[in-house]
Amino acid sequence: MKRDAWQDLALGAVLLAVAACLPWFGGSYWLSIGVTIAMYTVLATSWALFSGPTHYISLATTAFFGIGTYTTGLGIDHLPYWVLLPIAGVLGAVLAGLVGLATLRLSGVYFVIFTLGLAELVRQIITWVQNFSGQKGLYVLTDITEADIYWQLLGLAGIVFLGGWAIGRSRLGFALRIIGDDETVARHSGINTARAKVILFMVPGAVAAIAGAILAPRYVYIEPLLAFTPMLSFQVVIMALLGGTGRLWGPLVGVIPFTFLWEAISASFPNQTTLLLGLCFLLIVYLLPKGFVGLIESVRRWAKSREGYA
Amino acid sequence: MRAPNAVLSLRGVTRRFGGLVAVNDMSFDVTEHEVMGLIGPNGSGKSTTLNLISGALAPNAGTISLRGTPLSQLPAQDIARKGVARTFQLVRLLPSMTVLDNVKAGAVFGHRRRWGSEADDHAMAMLEKVGLGRHAFAVPSQLTYIDTKRVELARVLASDPKILLLDEWLAGLNPTELGQGIDLIRALREEGRTIILVEHVMDAIRSLCDACVVMASGTKIAEGTPEAVLSDPEVIRAYLGDDDA
Repeated sequence: MKRDAWQDLALGAVLLAVAACLPWFGGSYWLSIGVTIAMYTVLATSWALFSGPTHYISLATTAFFGIGTYTTGLGIDHLPYWVLLPIAGVLGAVLAGLVGLATLRLSGVYFVIFTLGLAELVRQIITWVQNFSGQKGLYVLTDITEADIYWQLLGLAGIVFLGGWAIGRSRLGFALRIIGDDETVARHSGINTARAKVILFMVPGAVAAIAGAILAPRYVYIEPLLAFTPMLSFQVVIMALLGGTGRLWGPLVGVIPFTFLWEAISASFPNQTTLLLGLCFLLIVYLLPKGFVGLIESVRRWAKSREGYA
Repeated sequence: MRAPNAVLSLRGVTRRFGGLVAVNDMSFDVTEHEVMGLIGPNGSGKSTTLNLISGALAPNAGTISLRGTPLSQLPAQDIARKGVARTFQLVRLLPSMTVLDNVKAGAVFGHRRRWGSEADDHAMAMLEKVGLGRHAFAVPSQLTYIDTKRVELARVLASDPKILLLDEWLAGLNPTELGQGIDLIRALREEGRTIILVEHVMDAIRSLCDACVVMASGTKIAEGTPEAVLSDPEVIRAYLGDDDA
């Protein structure tokens, strides 16, 4: 392995360790911001692992997230908490695999619509089932603290980054880049494009479900509209695009500023949040089509060419 | 029935698009180390035949086999893995990747699968072979037209195919480039590669091909050495019309 690779890994580990100190130094406000950032980092980074190279925009994040939330909600009284996280991950991966098999032959806009519909479908099914049982929602009562949730999410983020880093260096990652550039070339070069896409689509599915399972205790009371809010899927897409999907760390540089922007918007304009979310989406797509990553890289190139002339 | 040393055999291969029979009952063999020219007027079904062999399309009837293994119903990726590699009539490169990574795609996922430095070295060797070693870290948009064709050829070679399908690889080149292109394919021929050329450039067919299959309106109308088929009255009629035959 090259030395750069070890440096990247070491840098990542140091940053993660620094982030892990937040609960001891920040107050409860900063801790709750930290949980939000960690959650969206996990979701947006895993989303970009699949959607970055393939350009398939998935709006199913909330479907997987909600399934994870409900796994904890339903299982917490019967099973130890630590077992629920892997169960949620497996459920998310299986659902993503099924969705992938059914839809990844579809291209572009059909896939987007299907994933949006899927999230709504799962929500409606759960609402329907709950009508029989007479409950509106589920209580998740645990002694898990905000700091515990934060550390779990950081751990998950570490796993996502490590996984993304490994995939980027694997044949699977290379195959996905080829598929994203030209699927016909990929097929004629000997790549099983359907299998590669399905396998990679299972990663964000599993990760979002685990994130949902981790966050369930924070909500205390969960109901379908909360666990399966379509807003979550859109926010993940916006953050990932704002950061840029071309690099593993791209979504992270989108998540942090967007979280603060969102805090400001929802504090100042609580009734117009959806409108302003849409506006942000438009501005990002028009002004920063390649996200902050693209901006940083064109500035770098510009600086380099200046150096060349000097 | 199959020639004993045939690498690729087509038997009764037919493909219809609605009422149009694009390829009608095609049968031929390509033997080892042979360069076979597939020629014919525009719209005669040459490219469709190539698409059937490479798995871009599935035949409605007939069989295609590679050393006796049937290919006809396999998806394109399995056919590529078994050792059939093709270039495209309109060059297809991977725009976001370097030239070296473009070629690596063949080395990593093709008939012989490599990874890591072995794949890099092999891709680099193929780039050297087509004369592009110094452009390894360029991106496709920086290349001239013939160089993009060279990259595609290198990608195909990197997969160690048993048979190469070149779809009008020489089309659109200027006279100097054409000379270079013919030399490059001749070098491959001298290495003993087995190649099917779909081509319109007659000079190239005469100087490169061991055998030719001539198609018109989806049907094979002649087969033999280039000299023989190009002087066949029926071939001349297909290309030029009745008055010149």
